[in-house]
Amino acid sequence: MAYPIDAHHAPVDPSVPLEYSTEDGSLKILGFWIFLAADIVLFSCLFATYIVLHNNTYGGPTAQQLFDVPGFVAETLLLLTSSFTCGLAIFEMHRNRLQPMIGWWIVTILLGMGFVAMEISEFAKYVGEGANITRSAFLSAFFILVGTHGTHVTIGIFWMIALLIQFIRYGITAVTARKAFVASLYWHFLDAVWIFIFTVVYLSGKVS
Amino acid sequence: MLPHYFNHLFVTGIDIYIADVLIILTSLGIVSVLTYFKKWKWLWREWLTTVDHKKIGIMYILAAFAMFFRGGMDGLMMRTQLAVPNNHFLSAQHYDEVFTTHGTIMILFMAMPMLIGLINVAMPLQIGARDVAFPYLNAISFWTFFFGAMLFNLSFVIGGSPDAGWTSYVPLAGPHFNPGPGENYYLFGLNLAGLGTLASGINFLVTVIRMRAPGMTLMRMPMFVWSTLITSILIIFAFPVLTVALSLLTFDRLFGSHIFSMTHGGMPMMWVNLFWIWGHPEVYIVILPAFGILSEIIGTFSGKKLFGYPAMVGSQITIAFLSFVVWVHHFFTMGAGAAVNSFFGVSTMLIAIPTGVKVFNWLFTMYKGKIRFNTPMLWALAFIPTFVVGGMTGVMLAIAPADYQYHNSYFLIAHFHYMLIGGTVFGVFAGLYYWWPKMFGMKLNERLGRWHFWTFMISFNLTFLPMYLVGLMGMTRRMYTYPPGLGWSHLNMLETIGAFGQGISMTFMLINIVWSFKYAERDVTGDAWDGRALEWSTTSPAPEYNFAHVPVVYSRDAFWDMKYSKNKEKYQVKEKPYRPIHMPNNSGRPFLMGFAFFISFFGFVFEWYLVGGIGLAAVFYLMFQRSFEYNTDHYISVEEIEHTEAVTGRS
Repeated sequence: MAYPIDAHHAPVDPSVPLEYSTEDGSLKILGFWIFLAADIVLFSCLFATYIVLHNNTYGGPTAQQLFDVPGFVAETLLLLTSSFTCGLAIFEMHRNRLQPMIGWWIVTILLGMGFVAMEISEFAKYVGEGANITRSAFLSAFFILVGTHGTHVTIGIFWMIALLIQFIRYGITAVTARKAFVASLYWHFLDAVWIFIFTVVYLSGKVS
Repeated sequence: MLPHYFNHLFVTGIDIYIADVLIILTSLGIVSVLTYFKKWKWLWREWLTTVDHKKIGIMYILAAFAMFFRGGMDGLMMRTQLAVPNNHFLSAQHYDEVFTTHGTIMILFMAMPMLIGLINVAMPLQIGARDVAFPYLNAISFWTFFFGAMLFNLSFVIGGSPDAGWTSYVPLAGPHFNPGPGENYYLFGLNLAGLGTLASGINFLVTVIRMRAPGMTLMRMPMFVWSTLITSILIIFAFPVLTVALSLLTFDRLFGSHIFSMTHGGMPMMWVNLFWIWGHPEVYIVILPAFGILSEIIGTFSGKKLFGYPAMVGSQITIAFLSFVVWVHHFFTMGAGAAVNSFFGVSTMLIAIPTGVKVFNWLFTMYKGKIRFNTPMLWALAFIPTFVVGGMTGVMLAIAPADYQYHNSYFLIAHFHYMLIGGTVFGVFAGLYYWWPKMFGMKLNERLGRWHFWTFMISFNLTFLPMYLVGLMGMTRRMYTYPPGLGWSHLNMLETIGAFGQGISMTFMLINIVWSFKYAERDVTGDAWDGRALEWSTTSPAPEYNFAHVPVVYSRDAFWDMKYSKNKEKYQVKEKPYRPIHMPNNSGRPFLMGFAFFISFFGFVFEWYLVGGIGLAAVFYLMFQRSFEYNTDHYISVEEIEHTEAVTGRS
């Protein structure tokens, strides 16, 4: 019989990666994938709202006047690089090397913080120029879409810090590996969403 | 400086004062009963901290019953107001508040939790699992729903109720035409409950995909499990849309953004679109599980396997897909043009095909069956014609040019009450009578059940059938009074009599519940109805771990096969010794998390950002605490299993 009798926390299966090796771990990873599907729907609605409203500037600044190319390119590079280093951390985790894993994890967190700091200063600059959320429907949709992504990244940073402490405390186990893997899924997902923001909001805003 | 409505924090009015007094007395009553019988510890240990899907299911059902009572009272107030022409039982403002809370509560805090409760009770047992995939998350789902519902209900004594309809269309629901906390209650209450629903959807989907007993392939699952699977997918793709719509309107109201404004380039129709992109799948979220319940009951009480199982599965998948491409039929009158309206009219009518397939399959399941007319079956039988009437009038509403004539009239009101009462509520009643022995270990009384059924059935039709007629005569939705001489008066009086009939009918159910707890014979077999699916193979109520041995499945209707198949020796696996069973620990954190959300969102409702922030910080603190908790499970020892099984006579 291929099915374990006590399915929920069946013993570790060595033929799959550590994070999938317990029933509990693989259930939680599947659950998180499904959560990400729901999060995609959430962002899709915000994108749809932005696309519908992005020309409704009501005499206020347009996307072309507002966006600053070096700024959003730097944000993009920071976030994309952090996704790469996050991948390296998981790679090291699979090789069971705790120190380099923690190192890359810290680099990921720092790059994420850099991204959030740049986004906050970008928002502060716009608000300083009078381009705040109440100025026009375009700006409302812009701040809510990009801000929702930024909030996701911020939550991700706190989450990764909490996990960092657990890696230091417990090392690489089936449980911590699952936690790291799920957080990395979340991080890569935010990276993918940012690519759409980069294209739909910033690049399209600059060329139109 | 305090917000301008701070002076009016507590709602005034003699009826509200009476409500205040009753709320305080009831609360004191509950507290003193719990204290007198020393039940606080029991309440905390056995219920508030539980992660057991069966208990969570029962709590869902209890809370949904309380909401049913609240929403029902709203309904009776509306019917009293409309009983005679030129009535002034309620003021216009009060009437607006009452129909808003009636609709919102009945859909989001009654129908859905009732069905999620039944799913929690039955689905894990039907697939031979020991719990859902994420029991801790399941508790969070319940407590966010519960505190979301509490927050919404608080509005009528503190701050004032929302009054823009359950659909809450802008600009009426926007900051200019609707200042004050009422509409904020709607936004935050629904958003909080919506979080829990999304988590339930993910939880059930993973449970069905991954936790089925050995041998239970997808096409061997009971139909109720199939309906849970499809419903979960609908929840996962629909609820984030509601979250976005509510959050955007919250931004408009609290922070002055202009997504749905009339000025500054905002677009009010965006709200209507987002709302119904969630809203239409939502009506299938509350009907598909009812279809599932019906399929279980009709099979069981006809003594036959379900007719056309693959067609049943296919039709549910088709309905789920179509439910995402029909949303514009809620506002044909937006004026999107003939092409758009034609598309959405046709896609709506298409839904009648898979639904018709289901109806015929139920009929063919009964054909040549040995039908037993127990109470669950009565509700199931009443479901079919009522649902067909509602469905056919739905097709009428889907004809866009004709819809211009009766859009938002009482014809519509009659249609969706035939679907939501004749469909969902009948399904819920059927499910409650059916699974009552599984939940509590005894059947409800048949005689009182029949009284409940017949009085409700007659009163329901008396209430809503005339609404089709007054709708075609021109009575529009949400009008709070009307002049005499329009030909509506007698029909409205009939409707009111019917509404009170439904209220009285519900007392039969309450009496039945109380009577059965005291006097009904205890079911010791675990198989109260000669059932077909695995939930009947364990004791009633099921032990904490559901199954001492996880059952092995070789066919559809697994338990029927176990009982009656020719080669049932293959099921004789009980000889092997028990093994310790891994179960999750109870936790008080989900409850505290729900409470922290409640405090936070209550703060945001009144734009007290400090309170809101502190509450949210508490939520995040609790999440971090959970992250650092590694001791989350325990084993039930073999001795304890042997003891439990021996007590129920199953060792």
